[in-house]
Amino acid sequence: MDKIVCTCGHVNPVGTELCESCGRPLNQETKDKKLVDMRYEGSARRSQTYNKTIIDKIWNFFSSVKVGMWIIVAILIAAAIGTILPQVFYVPAVNEEEIAAYYERIYGTFGTIYYELGLSDLYSSWWFQGLVGMLGISLVIASLDRVIPLYKSLKKQKTKRHISFLTRQRVYGTGEVDSPIKSIEQAEEKLKKMRYKVKRDGNAILAEKGRFSRWGPYVNHLGLILFLFGVMLRALPGFYVDETMWLREGETLYIPKTDGYFLESKEFIYETYTKEESEEVYGAALDRVGSIAKNYQSDVALYKGPEDAVAGQPEDLAFVKEESIQVNKPLKFDHFSVFQMDFRLDELKSMTFQLQDKETANSFGEFTIDLANPQTEYKLQNGYKVEILDYYADFTGFEEGVPQSKSPIPNNPAFLVKMYSPEYPKGETSFVMIKETLEPLGENKHKIAFQSVETRDVSGLTIRKDLTLPILALGGLIFMIGVAQGSYWNHRRIWIQLLENGQVVVAAHTNKNWLSVKKDLDEVSKVSNLPQYEDQQDIDSQEEKEEGV
Amino acid sequence: MAQSKKQRFYIRTFILVVLTIAIVFTVYSNLTKDKNAVLQVGDKAPDFVLVDMEGNEHKLSDYKGQGVFLNFWGTWCKPCAKEMPAMDNQFNVYKDQGVQTFAINIGESDLKVNSFANRYKLSFPIAIDRNKSVMESYNIDPLPTTFLINPEGKIEKIIKGEMTEQDIANFMEQIKPS
Repeated sequence: MDKIVCTCGHVNPVGTELCESCGRPLNQETKDKKLVDMRYEGSARRSQTYNKTIIDKIWNFFSSVKVGMWIIVAILIAAAIGTILPQVFYVPAVNEEEIAAYYERIYGTFGTIYYELGLSDLYSSWWFQGLVGMLGISLVIASLDRVIPLYKSLKKQKTKRHISFLTRQRVYGTGEVDSPIKSIEQAEEKLKKMRYKVKRDGNAILAEKGRFSRWGPYVNHLGLILFLFGVMLRALPGFYVDETMWLREGETLYIPKTDGYFLESKEFIYETYTKEESEEVYGAALDRVGSIAKNYQSDVALYKGPEDAVAGQPEDLAFVKEESIQVNKPLKFDHFSVFQMDFRLDELKSMTFQLQDKETANSFGEFTIDLANPQTEYKLQNGYKVEILDYYADFTGFEEGVPQSKSPIPNNPAFLVKMYSPEYPKGETSFVMIKETLEPLGENKHKIAFQSVETRDVSGLTIRKDLTLPILALGGLIFMIGVAQGSYWNHRRIWIQLLENGQVVVAAHTNKNWLSVKKDLDEVSKVSNLPQYEDQQDIDSQEEKEEGV
Repeated sequence: MAQSKKQRFYIRTFILVVLTIAIVFTVYSNLTKDKNAVLQVGDKAPDFVLVDMEGNEHKLSDYKGQGVFLNFWGTWCKPCAKEMPAMDNQFNVYKDQGVQTFAINIGESDLKVNSFANRYKLSFPIAIDRNKSVMESYNIDPLPTTFLINPEGKIEKIIKGEMTEQDIANFMEQIKPS
């Protein structure tokens, strides 16, 4: 029961419809058909024949093209649902509660349901990734299950095919001709000139062309599988990095996820178009919106710590290079790219004050406080001095008499200072804020008067690394090669045989483009005596029409 | 015949297992990606070198054999300010029992850190992570975050948020070398 032995003596695997060697139909169902299904050469797809263990059952499930189609449909529907509302990574919220509140606030009940069902993070959900994974399995198994038997039967096919195979081909003709053997030789010659590969076995020839186009779909699947493999690699550490950092002018910070690289911002540049330079292009738009950005640029210096460095050591950084990062012109190093993504203008950098006499506004000297690194003491001339007792970068008010700062960013700097002068060698205490001064320990003679401020800009940078891109590109390339291979070439076969009863038989098969194979046959008929062929499918459909109507 | 059937069974099983492992791995690591980025209990604590406010250099790996109570903080962070006096008390209890306390400030100024330390009379070593590299290697978010590092240099526990004095005492007890 395991094998089918054909009349010609060839042993075929169970489930084979057409003998791999001579092409005889091997079961009644096939015999009853007027035309044979040539899609897989009538070879046995193993999946449909063995169905015993659980492994076989799983295998058969994934081998089915129907199942594959449904998986694709399910992925399409799910992916479409994911586009109804924005996904979480587009939502301006950081934690779960905020995200939930956002969906409810903006999209109402539907938004809440959408969020609760997990559709707001659909593409990273286990079930969506599971579906894509199942598609991957389906691609591998369905391809293996088809390409191997197809390859085998195309390799095993004999030049001389049984008449029952030939009569069931779509393009078929038979009849008696003058000098048949000479005709076959002439046909052989002509087919060779037409760049067919011709094999001869006695009075039978098989001319074949473009067999490799049959592998197109499987090459295509290989590309897809490679693509999915590349996407899978992103999950491995070291293959994919997507980080952000804020970098102030003058600051040197560690670049997240890199191997000991540091970045210093020299300058952030924001330029807009002026009316003079671009009247023609942007004139109208400038009148309407006020300003149009021309350039976002961070001038940076890249440093690398020593090889064996551990975190924290700021010393002995080696200068690597200086570069200007612009939109779409990232800084590149060691597979990393640093992109210009965002910016904040005019964060306070330093403030300049004068120590003055309150009455006369007479100045005793000027000093500048670097807000990122204030000094404890600023010495002025003639024995005058200002001591900074404490500093509140983001001052919000007092709680139980204690000044509060809500962040380390100098949004609203305030200082507790002591002013020393020859008259007050013990110092006068003052609390200096923007536009206001408190004198917590009584009336002072002197005051700190604000003079000017310096600001600096902050660059928002994105750090990217993606080692899977070459794999994705290769997968895409192989995919396209497969598409071209299967679309632009056709697998054509022409059989010509002289039967023992003196009849000559022609039959032809192609996997697509029947018109061309018929044209080829017509060309051959011009130089050799061949019986007229018919397209049996055309006759079928004509008969059906006549009978049906 | 039986042989080829067996062979087929093994080949199919092999292919299915390989594909399943690949998918399960991908789905699993994507689901845990955010958590993966953060250090986990049992991991080796990343080494670092920082200079404290007194000018002494501290290298984490030099404290092998001792427990390390590693606290990340900011002067503007209220829970930090609340737990630090308690930390200082417990530091004085456990410092002679082989538990080091070390507080790392995230990139603030010397003046601010010193005034804070003076106000709360803190005696344990404090250092400033100026280029935020230690913060990055420990993936700190939010402040305060505390790492308990055992005498073998492995992370024993990660505490996010404020601790009571009793918590701190228990934690220090937990990483005391035996």
